[in-house]
Amino acid sequence: MIHNRALRVVGAGAVALALVTACGAPPAKDGGNAASGGNAASAKSAADLGGMDKLVEEAKKEGALNVIALPPDWANYGEMIKAFGDKYGIEVKSDQPDASSQDEINAAERLKGSDRAPDVFDLGLNVAIANADKFAPYKVATWDDIPAELKDADGRHFADYGGFMSIGYDASKVPAPTSVKDLLKPEYKGKVALNGDPTQAGAAFSGVLMASLGNGGSADDIAPGVEFFKQLKAAGNFLPVDPTPATIESGQTPVVIDWDYTNAAQTAKLAGKLDWKTVVPQDAQVGAYYNQAVNVDAPHPAAARLWQEFVMSDEGQNIYLKGMSRPVRMDAMTAAGTVDTAAAAALPATGDKSVYQTQAQADKAKQALAATWAQAVG
Amino acid sequence: MVAPVDTSAGGGGSAAPGRGPSRRSWTAWLVVAPFLAYVGTFLLYPTALVLAGAFQDDDGAFTLATLATLTEGVYLQAFLRSVQLSALTALLGAVLGALLSWAVASGKPEGVTRKVVLAASGVLAQFGGVPLAFAFLATVGFQGLVTRFLADTFGVDLFATGAWLFELPGLTLVYTFFQIPLMVIVFLPAVDGLRPQWREATESLGGSGWTYWRHVGGPILLPAFLGSALLLFANAFSAYATAAALVSQGSPIVPLQIRGFLTGEVLLGQENLGKALGLGMIVVVGVTMGLYALLQRRFARWQ
Repeated sequence: MIHNRALRVVGAGAVALALVTACGAPPAKDGGNAASGGNAASAKSAADLGGMDKLVEEAKKEGALNVIALPPDWANYGEMIKAFGDKYGIEVKSDQPDASSQDEINAAERLKGSDRAPDVFDLGLNVAIANADKFAPYKVATWDDIPAELKDADGRHFADYGGFMSIGYDASKVPAPTSVKDLLKPEYKGKVALNGDPTQAGAAFSGVLMASLGNGGSADDIAPGVEFFKQLKAAGNFLPVDPTPATIESGQTPVVIDWDYTNAAQTAKLAGKLDWKTVVPQDAQVGAYYNQAVNVDAPHPAAARLWQEFVMSDEGQNIYLKGMSRPVRMDAMTAAGTVDTAAAAALPATGDKSVYQTQAQADKAKQALAATWAQAVG
Repeated sequence: MVAPVDTSAGGGGSAAPGRGPSRRSWTAWLVVAPFLAYVGTFLLYPTALVLAGAFQDDDGAFTLATLATLTEGVYLQAFLRSVQLSALTALLGAVLGALLSWAVASGKPEGVTRKVVLAASGVLAQFGGVPLAFAFLATVGFQGLVTRFLADTFGVDLFATGAWLFELPGLTLVYTFFQIPLMVIVFLPAVDGLRPQWREATESLGGSGWTYWRHVGGPILLPAFLGSALLLFANAFSAYATAAALVSQGSPIVPLQIRGFLTGEVLLGQENLGKALGLGMIVVVGVTMGLYALLQRRFARWQ
């Protein structure tokens, strides 16, 4: 009950904010639409607006872009935001960098109609598919380079970058793991953390799938992964701590199961302080892509579309690559010779036996996880 | 103007008998309007949403299936754990807090101890949430100061039995940290109300210390003690931020499970189950308040 006090303060703040935005929204919206003639909001490609130059012009008039849930050390989004802002002179307002994909959708609903609503989303596939009707269809200039299974046919959402599930570790504290099963060894006692609760966080979900593949499971069968974490906990190796850059730096989480690009970002960030290394287990390569989408109610519709063009351009895709994530156009760019070869060479090594779960397989795994995870680690 | 017989109890009400009451009630409504708007926005409206959602399926049709799910496996366990955690920390907080209150009350009324304990209680009772969780992580976490000191100096491993700090035992310890000071704040006035003359009267009639507590002090303090314990229970039951900052795996208690349904990006479309859990919490807190009201009525005649 006492803690409701904090809630009340937040509530009062929310009302104040709502009032402020209610007052602030109309002029901004009128200005934006008057300038663009309202075309940008319905444009399904740059051509609809009369080409890239016209799109850039409209976006510059809007002058701002709201992004959400983009941590600067995740897939190099820090550089991406800065590069976009500098190139087009557009102010990028980054909100709630540590939010989850579902938080992005919730924020869009909450802020609908205000000029603070997110313009673009970066989403896990589950959330993207479940909310496809909230996205404006838009096909970027490089649309044809995206493999058909990684994009919505209508252009409502499409893969932007992906990666593999990996094990990051402090090489000065633990030996290098070569397989998932290695983590059961006594050297890893009290040291292995998973990035989130797998019934809630996409990265952790893929972490359990990786553990399943490393223990005789398959994309259809996540049970061995749950069993593995149960053993990990029984051995005293499993850390129920949510890893963050701070827990890694302070040594609380010496082994972290997470996407290779987030683990790799730690390597760069902690250079000189910690010998943080990243390995993708060869017996358990789980890949997944994140997805880009435009909010159908975007307060800055032209800037939102220009952002899509930017992240999917050679320049944007190479920025992802520099952050150790794998841009979705990598094959096409390799063929065209536009890929940043140095950055490509720095990616953690992977073989050719990678697994990408289909939506049906993921749904099945989720149900199994919902029923068994809490018991396994509780 | 001949004033009619004034039947109102208060003498002040007869100042302007003709038009007073209507204007006064109008201004009274005006004064209370912000409060009603506030309660409506942040209490009644959300409660109505939770109630409606708990009885709906994803398409908005009426169903009891969502509620029925609460009696299954992990959800039922979460409720049991939540009640267990709240009851245990309320009991610990109530007993230890009552002892502390008694110690403070029997000291000098203007003494330093009293001032320090009261000031500390005021601060610590509000010291919940992320800062509290962080404080515990920094002292007895895996790399905490105390943990490392014990390990380096005495070779004692605090986490030999597992990651207890991130499970129910840890939550119990951390919750008790803000429950005890809260108990002191709400219970001390009752202890202060005990008059030394009562004790002297007992003793002059030949009663022992035990007689005094059995027949005088105990019965007088009992309602306040039970009421405070119920308050502590509700306080722990509804606490969220502390647990959220500490526990990231397994969602052992109800507020954490609700978080999962609202922000999770893996299992989608379960918001209504979250609302059903919310309804369950409302019921538990409702029962607690009911007990509190019953307690008040039962003991009111003694006061």
